[in-house]
Amino acid sequence: MSERWKKWVTGLTPLVLLAAMTVLFLRFGPLGVFRASFPPIEELTIERIRLPEPDLMEISVVNGGPEPVTVAQMLIDEAYWPFEIEPGHTIPRLRRATIRTRYPWVEGEPHEVTLLTSTGLTFSAEIEVATQSPAPNARYLATFTLLGVYVGVLPVLIGLLWFPFLKRIDRKWINFFLSLTVGLLIFLGIDALHEAFELQERVADAFQGVGLITLGVLGAMFGIVAIGRWLRRRPVAAGLSQRLWVAYMVALGIGLHNLGEGLAIGSAYSVGAISLGAFLVVGFAIHNTTEGLGIVAPVAKERPSLWHLVTMGAIAGVPTIAGAWIGGFNYRPDLAVFFLALGAGAVLQVVWELGRVIHRESKAGWMMPLNAMGLVAGLVIMYTTALLVVA
Amino acid sequence: MTTISRRQWFKLGAAAAGFSSLAAALGLRPRRPQAETGGEEVHGHEAATVGRVSTADFDPMEYLTEFDYGRSRRLSDGRTLREYDVVAVDREIEVAPGVYYPAWTYSGRVPGPTLRCTEGDVLRVNLRNGGSHPHTIHFHGTHPPEMDGVFPVIAPGESFTYEFEAKPFGLHLYHCHTMPLKRHIHKGLYGVLIIDPPGGRPPARELVMMMNAFDTNFDGENEVYAVNTVAFYYQQQPIPVEVGEPVRVYLVNITEFDPVNSFHLHAGMFRVYRTGTDLERHELTDTLMMCQGERHVLEFELENPGLHMFHAHQSEFAELGWMGFFEAQPPTVASAVGKEGGRA
Repeated sequence: MSERWKKWVTGLTPLVLLAAMTVLFLRFGPLGVFRASFPPIEELTIERIRLPEPDLMEISVVNGGPEPVTVAQMLIDEAYWPFEIEPGHTIPRLRRATIRTRYPWVEGEPHEVTLLTSTGLTFSAEIEVATQSPAPNARYLATFTLLGVYVGVLPVLIGLLWFPFLKRIDRKWINFFLSLTVGLLIFLGIDALHEAFELQERVADAFQGVGLITLGVLGAMFGIVAIGRWLRRRPVAAGLSQRLWVAYMVALGIGLHNLGEGLAIGSAYSVGAISLGAFLVVGFAIHNTTEGLGIVAPVAKERPSLWHLVTMGAIAGVPTIAGAWIGGFNYRPDLAVFFLALGAGAVLQVVWELGRVIHRESKAGWMMPLNAMGLVAGLVIMYTTALLVVA
Repeated sequence: MTTISRRQWFKLGAAAAGFSSLAAALGLRPRRPQAETGGEEVHGHEAATVGRVSTADFDPMEYLTEFDYGRSRRLSDGRTLREYDVVAVDREIEVAPGVYYPAWTYSGRVPGPTLRCTEGDVLRVNLRNGGSHPHTIHFHGTHPPEMDGVFPVIAPGESFTYEFEAKPFGLHLYHCHTMPLKRHIHKGLYGVLIIDPPGGRPPARELVMMMNAFDTNFDGENEVYAVNTVAFYYQQQPIPVEVGEPVRVYLVNITEFDPVNSFHLHAGMFRVYRTGTDLERHELTDTLMMCQGERHVLEFELENPGLHMFHAHQSEFAELGWMGFFEAQPPTVASAVGKEGGRA
């Protein structure tokens, strides 16, 4: 047997044995030992409630438990209400169903939806403030696009305009601004992580919110490293300087983060959780302008073409629009958690890259008081501007 | 189940504005709803369950008029002995369409059988406990304390005979009195005991209504309210009565967890005979509030044909299932059928 064959056989043998054991266990195994007469463990999660028009309610539900669950009745605000459920009353494991009911919901007031299963268990979800849900039509597409432009694209582009300023200052001050960028990004990363952990409470157990976060964060971090190293050897990136490359990575990280941010804003808007007054939009805009600064700081002493600057701005800002669309029209907690985790991972990866740049550039690295001050200043800026976006 | 829910969907839609555009948007084509029962098609938005319960094990319509007079024989002293067999069993019951509740029952049903007798009769009730927990039967009324159904507690597999003279006449109830009491009651161990006055009551269409409720998820609050167990049953199947005929409702409240329940009749007033222990009317009203364990005899005649709603006047209970209709129809030849004379 060749060495190559040996490798395959030794690698696959445990898998074959596992498959054989599974088959034997299911066929002849002592399943009765495990099949105790426990009460059925039912697990339904109401993922989303849409109010497409007055008198109509659409409820998306997923079965995240180990057994099929039968939705027998539905209550709205503690009253039984007739409904239709597609594809059927019994929802298999990990499958979704959509419930439609004609209910005269009241604009601006809260409602509670409760599903009663065949075993008498109840699963509830609340509409915090009832308001008509955006339909995927031209008007709302425009609304969410504008939202993304105001909150993500324009602020980042405006932030890039600090580039001429950065060009005119000392190297040690550039390092200060690089450190400041690190501070901004750490703040964003932790913020996204916190949101992901908060939101994962609403993810059906079977979809493992914490698992999604682990996968998202580490997947983004190591994925970006791997893809980055691979791309670096391609002609498309061959001409880029190390610092410009880092700037692109910062843009990508911020872009992924903004995807999550757009998602959160879009969904909050569509479920009526935030009113998105002018104040809030302005707040997000100011908050995100600092992100543009972060992108240009690494290339302050270079002469990147305008094209590079605009491209980086687009990479960082445009995902906000996509996020707002997804969040506004088809919000799912599991996807939202994953996107937030991706954003957090991407941002933290960029923190690592920038840290290495700073370490290379200034002899004392983080021991340099000016750099440390920059990092703290970045955190303070984020904290202060975030005060503006408290809904 | 699918066809029924779809039909109800259209029924609701018919009353609402913009229905056709909605139906078009959902890809549904309107169909003319078929009238099946009078109560179904007349309401626009209304609280209701989807689907129907199976009436194979327990038919709320039959329960209204089912009276168990027991096996009777005359004793040497001239009194009548009535003997009843009751078996406590665990049984899953359907309390709303598709919603199954793990009940403890007397004789396999909730409420248990309506035991009926006349004041002065000797009652002998044989309880056999075929359930998984100890149980008793505690009767309301006057009797020796050792027949009160608190002690002894009857263990699974064991039996006990309660024997006492039926008094005073009135509307009483029986229920399990094993601790923990709340659980033994709300799991379904209760029923009605009617002791008729020696001369009987005037002829009327007699209906038994037990106001009960079910905490299906065992969180200490009821998910389902009803008269006679099944949510909205008499809304889907209105109770037929005749215009002008005397109707007598034996109304008992056993609702657990809530301090009170109530009864409200639409488009008519009823006479109240409190606890049924007096033949003089107590008041004329259309709304009556009752504590757990309270029970009253109501009498009324409906003057106009059509649907007369009745429900708890706690709107919350009403929309959680405690709502129904009397359907008053013009008198027919068969009007004598179905009336109880008040005396066996």
